[in-house]
Amino acid sequence: MLKVDVNKQDDIAIITVEGDIDLYSSPQVRKEIIKLTNDETKGIIVNLAGVTYMDSSGVATLVEGLQLVNDYKGKLFMCHVQGVVHDVFELSRLDKVFSIFPKEADAVKAYHEAN
Amino acid sequence: MTKMIEMKIPAEARFLKIIRIGVGYTCELIGFSSEDQNNITLAVDEACSNIVKYAYDQSPSDIIHMTCRLYNDRIEFTLRDFGKKVNESTIKSRSLDDIRPGGLGVHLIKSVMDEVFYDTNVKIGNKLKLVKYLTHKGNTC
Repeated sequence: MLKVDVNKQDDIAIITVEGDIDLYSSPQVRKEIIKLTNDETKGIIVNLAGVTYMDSSGVATLVEGLQLVNDYKGKLFMCHVQGVVHDVFELSRLDKVFSIFPKEADAVKAYHEAN
Repeated sequence: MTKMIEMKIPAEARFLKIIRIGVGYTCELIGFSSEDQNNITLAVDEACSNIVKYAYDQSPSDIIHMTCRLYNDRIEFTLRDFGKKVNESTIKSRSLDDIRPGGLGVHLIKSVMDEVFYDTNVKIGNKLKLVKYLTHKGNTC
């Protein structure tokens, strides 16, 4: 089962996802991203370290999140994009569209440097 | 000799993982690389997701029938549904320069599989054949 945790501190929120993001579970991730973008959370970092599978519905959820964040000039960063998740980003040719960092701390640092 | 594996699952998103596990393990058994196992699993999963979303409009009472044939040089999947006929003109990948949510599934299927064939002769529903060769023989999509 997919586990989605959101840890919000000041203007930055870390979404930590564990499990498979697929047609069944991606609405769970979308719900959290929509909640944060409705509040215009300035920095959203999606930590994908625990993600074991991602399909196009997962990719679509992240693309939608990126577009919503861009609308209010916020930032959506990703970290720990590896294995099968990296492969699906590459196949979708979206690995260059997202801002991807190796570790969560790198993404947080990049957010603070940009603001 | 051809070996055949058949699976029938309810056409609901929560059951698609059963197909993924079966496809991944079958690909491993016949010698596909780890990367190919993951990519083939993704392609078959995307095709099943399309059946759930478009052929059946997320109606939970229907089934997906997957037949997998194992050959010496390739693996063939036939996915059969009995839902709404898919309009072939709408089955195409969108440009990847057009960055927006959705519409990626067909691109992923065609990127991964060596052959993708929609059999439009079936009277009810849809029939999709996906083929992947053990040694890449060129993209014949």
